[in-house]
Amino acid sequence: MVSFPSSAFDIAEAVRSGSVKAAAILEDHLGRIAEREADIHAFNLVTADAARVIAARVDDVVAAGHDPGPLAGVPIALKDNMCTRGVPTTCSSRILEGWKPPYDATVVSRLAELGAVFVGKTNLDEFAMGSSTENSAFGVTLNPRDTSRVAGGSSGGSAAAVAAAFAPVSLGSDTGGSIRQPAALCGVVGVKPTYGTVSRYGLVAFASSLDQIGPFSVDVRDSALILESISGHDPLDSTSIPQGPLDLLSVLDQDVKGMRIGRITDMPEGADPDVLGRLEAAFDALRAAGATIVDVELPTLKYGITAYYLIAPAEASSNLARYDGVRYGRRVDSVDTNSMYMATRAAGFGDEVKRRIMLGTYALSAGYYDAYYGKALKVRRLISDDFARAYGKADVLLTPTSPIPAFNVGEKADDPLAMYLCDVYTIPTNLAGHPAMSVPFGDSRDGLPIGVQVMASTLGERPMFKVAAALERHMVATGGRS
Amino acid sequence: MSPAEMEVAPNDGSYLIDGYEVVCGLEVHVELATATKLFSASANRFGDEPNTHIDPVTLGLPGALPVLNRRAVELAMRIGLALNCTVQPSTFHRKNYFYPDMPKAYQISQYDQPLNIDGWLELPGGKRIGIERAHLEEDTGKSTHVGGTGGRIHGSDHSLIDFNRAGVPLVEIVGRPDIASPDEAKQYVTELRQILVAIGASDAKMEEGSMRCDANVSVRKPGSPLGTRCEIKNVNSVRSLGRAIEYEARRQIALVEAGESIRQETRHWDESDGRTHTLRSKEDADDYRYFLEPDLVPLDPGAEWIEAVRAALPLLPRERRVRLSRATGAAADGEAVMVVVERGQDDYVLAVTESGADPARALVHVKEAYAEQGARPSVPVLDLARMITMEVSGTLTSTQAKIVLAELVANGGGDAEAIATAKGFEALDTSALEAIVDDAIAAQPAAWAKYCAGEEKAMGALVGAIMKASKGKADGRIVTALLQSRRG
Amino acid sequence: MPDPSRERISADAVAKVARLARLDVSDDEIARMTGQLAVMLEHFADIDSLDLSDVAPMTQPYPLANVLRDDVVMPSLDRDEVLTNAPATEDGRFRVPPIIGLEG
Repeated sequence: MVSFPSSAFDIAEAVRSGSVKAAAILEDHLGRIAEREADIHAFNLVTADAARVIAARVDDVVAAGHDPGPLAGVPIALKDNMCTRGVPTTCSSRILEGWKPPYDATVVSRLAELGAVFVGKTNLDEFAMGSSTENSAFGVTLNPRDTSRVAGGSSGGSAAAVAAAFAPVSLGSDTGGSIRQPAALCGVVGVKPTYGTVSRYGLVAFASSLDQIGPFSVDVRDSALILESISGHDPLDSTSIPQGPLDLLSVLDQDVKGMRIGRITDMPEGADPDVLGRLEAAFDALRAAGATIVDVELPTLKYGITAYYLIAPAEASSNLARYDGVRYGRRVDSVDTNSMYMATRAAGFGDEVKRRIMLGTYALSAGYYDAYYGKALKVRRLISDDFARAYGKADVLLTPTSPIPAFNVGEKADDPLAMYLCDVYTIPTNLAGHPAMSVPFGDSRDGLPIGVQVMASTLGERPMFKVAAALERHMVATGGRS
Repeated sequence: MSPAEMEVAPNDGSYLIDGYEVVCGLEVHVELATATKLFSASANRFGDEPNTHIDPVTLGLPGALPVLNRRAVELAMRIGLALNCTVQPSTFHRKNYFYPDMPKAYQISQYDQPLNIDGWLELPGGKRIGIERAHLEEDTGKSTHVGGTGGRIHGSDHSLIDFNRAGVPLVEIVGRPDIASPDEAKQYVTELRQILVAIGASDAKMEEGSMRCDANVSVRKPGSPLGTRCEIKNVNSVRSLGRAIEYEARRQIALVEAGESIRQETRHWDESDGRTHTLRSKEDADDYRYFLEPDLVPLDPGAEWIEAVRAALPLLPRERRVRLSRATGAAADGEAVMVVVERGQDDYVLAVTESGADPARALVHVKEAYAEQGARPSVPVLDLARMITMEVSGTLTSTQAKIVLAELVANGGGDAEAIATAKGFEALDTSALEAIVDDAIAAQPAAWAKYCAGEEKAMGALVGAIMKASKGKADGRIVTALLQSRRG
Repeated sequence: MPDPSRERISADAVAKVARLARLDVSDDEIARMTGQLAVMLEHFADIDSLDLSDVAPMTQPYPLANVLRDDVVMPSLDRDEVLTNAPATEDGRFRVPPIIGLEG
């Protein structure tokens, strides 16, 4: 049996050198999808035929003696909230069922130019609102490590696709932890970059001031490769930082000697003991590698949940107002336009989306703006200021990614507030606009993956990746046993 | 701001209806003359096939993001500076409401930090109308109502939406309620239109909708607090604006006189019946849930850009009228100066004057004979100057001058002397003219007697006879002078 | 004026918000949502203990200003491709039922 390279980095190298065909790599992955997708439901749509066309084109380019690019033949799965021209983009919502965007998201066209092969659109909580992918209109995504459990969310499909080796890498979007939390629950790497480093053009908006696209991968190097490929200024996104792509691969081999790793002394409580145990192991590993552990205080961190669940729904209530049955998507017909709106939106949106639209509309409405949305924006500033003080003392901060490992399907479905509290460690970085990533760092006693979150200040991706790579090296060296 | 808190310019009391003052503030929307839309790159063009200037941003497609048009900002700054506003750092907000011609279900507009604030517009007579703000925002698409009567919403069967206009850049110019009469409102809009055209910001055509005007009208007894105002929409010409304000003021006065209260509401001007009708009550106004547009960043033009835009502003109509008035001696708010500046022919008049021609005659001729000519008249400056010199020196009578000028205009220029010769216009010498005058007096003794008795009208018959006898070569002014000297 | 954040959200307020958001919801749903929103808003009252009087609101994570685009026309989307995605069209335009009842 032929053995193929498994990482995106190695696949691209092999395809560019001509030692392996992109078509063969693709068939290898499509084979695994055929085998296990029915049990996992990572995808809303597998675009096998289109992928075969692209893979063949990549092979032709190599055969002609040209270079298809640094992602030549790399299969990539896209979260189904990124626009792909002519390919359905649903956000796992009935209201967008059947919609085929007439344009590509910037990340999609960049990856295509670099030789990537898109294998499909992955499942998510409807409009990225949720932490378990149970809010998808098309069914839950199950955790490849234990299919009785959720894959996390909202980018559960993209996390599961990588964990199940349906694709070596995938893209997700992270508004309050939607990349990092499912990465932790599925045992893969997931990165939310600094707000403004990856273009949001063509990413269906949930909360515009919080959303960022980022990669999932099995190892840290692949996430660095993908983030280098998709980052950099985009004139189509006014909030895009005017700078070139991030330079990350070059820092992965650097050691962490002398780096200051922050431990948050007043971290919000309630994390599972196994999770806290793995966090301590991470501090130990970095200390052993020559880093210094420093204590920092972030007294306002605990207010992150409140600020987030007022700001994100407020922006969402406006962003989702365009789904009105006039120009695209689903319409429920009625006698006049207003009742058509009411019926269309009632039938098209699921419960969680409606709940957040209601919450956000309320927070912005006359008489309540100052008490809710206005206050939340001020709390956001306090949290950001707290971080600034902490990053005066530490280069990166370490926390759990999720307070708990993957939970059972249905376990939290009836308690929205309990679900929201799962985001307690991931939300603050979105509010501040900082980068953060989840690195797999061992398992719970039940054998469920646990992730450690490495956080850094604005544009602190290089120290963040350096530390993540060090944690990964430790896991490889110890076989995951300490 | 509520009207009660507003400062209103002093009313000079010259316009009252049944003892009531009219208090009016105008909100004018103008479409900017950009190549593309405010936040996206599809064309800003009027009159094409529906839905042919659309892009993801215009249609509010999922994932689309706005990027601000530099040219639109520059034109908005020109408007602000031409209206004596302060240009300041500004931001964009979302105004959330559902309507099928509003693709995102929110309009991106400027809310508490508009680009231009606190300016004024000076009417030709010198009164200043305050400008509260002039801010950038995007236009909506266009709905066409099908079925029912007269293309109106009510009774229609369904509506069709064209998004070509959606996202077109608008500047909304919010005037203070300093306007005290329908005529002032008309002057304000006329002056504003001229300014917008002069600075290249907009073609400002009310008939095509590139300039749209809403009027807030209230009435009060002099010295009383402000009355409840109504907003009048759908006014599509300067003339309708005056009519609508007058109608609305009279309607409100009738209510007050009858002891009834005025409801604050939006009213629709109906051109066909010359009335305003209730469109919607303000009490059930939407809750727009304004918040800062997270997809855009603040706009802070900075002193350097502002000064560059200011320095590049052309002379404004008011300044041009003063300049022309000084050059010609005619009143700055007189008809000739107003008309010539409005047509943009003032530079031409000044050039003719600088070539040595009489300024007053140059102004009159251009005003009278150049109605069909644009800002760049076809008659070369020197050709007109030569003709005026012939007229002033008495070589041509004023009647002959008009005939020669008509010929010049028709031919796009020419040699005035050659035209005069070809037409047989030779100046009469004074002795020949005196003989003709004496003959006319002798031939019409009755008319002469009446004229001598002080009946000026009687002069007409005499002049007519003289002109006829001289075959039009006599100069009317000289004939009058001769008749007067003979009367003694 | 009493701080509205300390008042428990009423079913009437929830119904009004649903109308603003153009969501057709049954009385049962209103009742359920009122309960859920009340629990959340109670939790969110934790920020009332913070002194926010001198704190400037933070609306964007990365400070940028004056992001501007040149006024250059790019091709329009293809009308047919766009209209194919629409629920109802007529004569090159998007068709909607009569436009009434949109205020409030």
